[in-house]
Amino acid sequence: MSDTNDAATQATAVPSHTGEDAQNDVLLDVQHLTKRFAAETNFFGRATSHVQAVDDVSFQIRRGEAFGLVGESGCGKTTVGKMLVNLIKPTSGTIVFDGHDLTAMKNKERKRYCRDIQLIFQDPYASLNPRMRVGDIIAEPILTNKLLPKDQVEDRVNELLECVGLANYMRNRYPHEFSGGQRQRVGIARALAVKPKLIVCDEPVSALDVSIQAQVLNLLDELKEQFGLTYLFIAHGLNVVKHVSDRVGVMYLGKMMEIAPKQALYADPLSPYTQALLSAIPSVDPAAKRERIILEGDVPSPIDPPPGCRFAGRCFAKVEGCDAVVPPLVEVKPNHQCACHRYDEGGPGTAQID
Amino acid sequence: MTVSRNKQLATEPAAAVATVPVKEKRESVWKDVFAGIVSNKAALVSGVFILLLAAVAVVTKLFPQVLPYDPYAQNLSESLQGPSSAHWFGTDMQGRDIFSRVLVGTQITLTVGLAAVAISLTIGVILGAVAGYKGGKWDTVIMRVMDMMLAIPSILLAIAIMAALGPGIEKAVVAIGLVSIPEYARIVRSEILSIKENDYVAAARVIGDSNFAIVFRHVLPNVLPSIIVRATLGISTAILDAAALGFLGLGVQPPDAEWGDMLGRGRNELFRAPWLMIFPGLAITLTVLAFNLLGDGIRDGLDPKARKR
Repeated sequence: MSDTNDAATQATAVPSHTGEDAQNDVLLDVQHLTKRFAAETNFFGRATSHVQAVDDVSFQIRRGEAFGLVGESGCGKTTVGKMLVNLIKPTSGTIVFDGHDLTAMKNKERKRYCRDIQLIFQDPYASLNPRMRVGDIIAEPILTNKLLPKDQVEDRVNELLECVGLANYMRNRYPHEFSGGQRQRVGIARALAVKPKLIVCDEPVSALDVSIQAQVLNLLDELKEQFGLTYLFIAHGLNVVKHVSDRVGVMYLGKMMEIAPKQALYADPLSPYTQALLSAIPSVDPAAKRERIILEGDVPSPIDPPPGCRFAGRCFAKVEGCDAVVPPLVEVKPNHQCACHRYDEGGPGTAQID
Repeated sequence: MTVSRNKQLATEPAAAVATVPVKEKRESVWKDVFAGIVSNKAALVSGVFILLLAAVAVVTKLFPQVLPYDPYAQNLSESLQGPSSAHWFGTDMQGRDIFSRVLVGTQITLTVGLAAVAISLTIGVILGAVAGYKGGKWDTVIMRVMDMMLAIPSILLAIAIMAALGPGIEKAVVAIGLVSIPEYARIVRSEILSIKENDYVAAARVIGDSNFAIVFRHVLPNVLPSIIVRATLGISTAILDAAALGFLGLGVQPPDAEWGDMLGRGRNELFRAPWLMIFPGLAITLTVLAFNLLGDGIRDGLDPKARKR
């Protein structure tokens, strides 16, 4: 275990922030991030209609916290994650990471900072090269970024395997010889190999068995403590996010609907969409009968969406003007932001929905 | 406590071994290939057969005196004799010993097959990789040129190239090599199109790999099995193409011995002296079959999932 402790001290050489400081220490500041994909093109290759995958999304992640991003399939949460790791270029908006504006950088310059943001993929079966041994998969980021001399790489790989709870003799195995949970651990070790500051976890457990999900979530939690990591945790269910995140952002059809600390969000959801989501979490207690909000209709097409609030068409608390004007994301309560017209005028509390 | 519980769960069956230092037991790709061939009986026999052919080619080239007869010496008094203890495979119209000629023929057959495939493989893989990985205009331009080449029957195209280059076996190799470039380019391109969408390619980009590293470390190794299978088939096609060109008087020049050429020349005597065609034909069939079976073995060896442990 002494090896791992070494690694821990190395990784946390980044000044560790505690208490009040951490509250205001913003690691990632995303402002007005937008991504449009061309849905149809005309004869000359010009886009005639767009998919608004991510539309004017702003949020901040503080150093050392786990920020959960939830929303149903197709709401753009994965696109946000991919833009952070430079797999997708944003249409507009800024990503300021650790004081550097990544969106203003040329590709070459950006590569240096990209190392600090790593991604854990959703599908552990597709994210590992089937022709590489697990040891080589984990060693690759170290060698590519020339982080260690060649003769030390092996020790580092063993150390990383141990960190994620795999035995070092597994180094010479191929990904197909592992179970889903073990593969996901390999993916985590690969992300850790470059000692990142922020890890984007893109639904890291949704492809795993429920019993394994808890193991992997606990592992992520433990690694966060050990290496002083910050997480952007993307998930489609509020129950997984509840387990891991400090603050939660709720997305719907490319828009951020609500951002709040975990307790506040689960105890007192402001946005009607969040309320509907929360009411849909199945309960293990048969006595606890809750009012279930059943939404009508389907998620509208993200191609050229209508003006106004994206949720207006299905909202049970719709008021006049909801489908005409986009509600801004405003701080309704301290640290609790919500994009809903019902909280616009009268201030917090006057428009409680129930 | 979640910490230790977590680790135990993941490595439970092997927790005791976990601290034992690992012996360096790394295998290279070629060891994998070798293991694949050995574990597959047909591939093993084919591999031995091809090695034997190669040995025959080298030995007959370096020490022609081991041959029972001079393969080029005409002896008209002994023409068109059936197989006997003196002439195992019989003699041809000019009274030359067919057994000696079949043995010498391995030289040209193997050279033509390997060299032609080497040409089409190298150029085809590069073009296909650029088209598939770069996409856009690169893809359009390269693949339209390939389509143009495919629109012309390959043997006609080879003849046209030969007409421009002039006769000779080296030129036949170039012509055959050029003609089959599109097949490799198309296979590589289509494989790359699907492989580059994999998450592990995205993962490589996230950790900072260059395009070059992504193509050579993550994309091409996953295309390799289909390339190898195609290449082994390609060797046989090249051998047959060379024979066709030889038959048309564009490949080997007499009196050089080449199986396809012998086959073509024996055609006129098919009913009188079937051994003229049987033995060179058998040689071609066995060689082509051996390359195909070997290709299967190599493919399985390169696929970690198909390999028996």
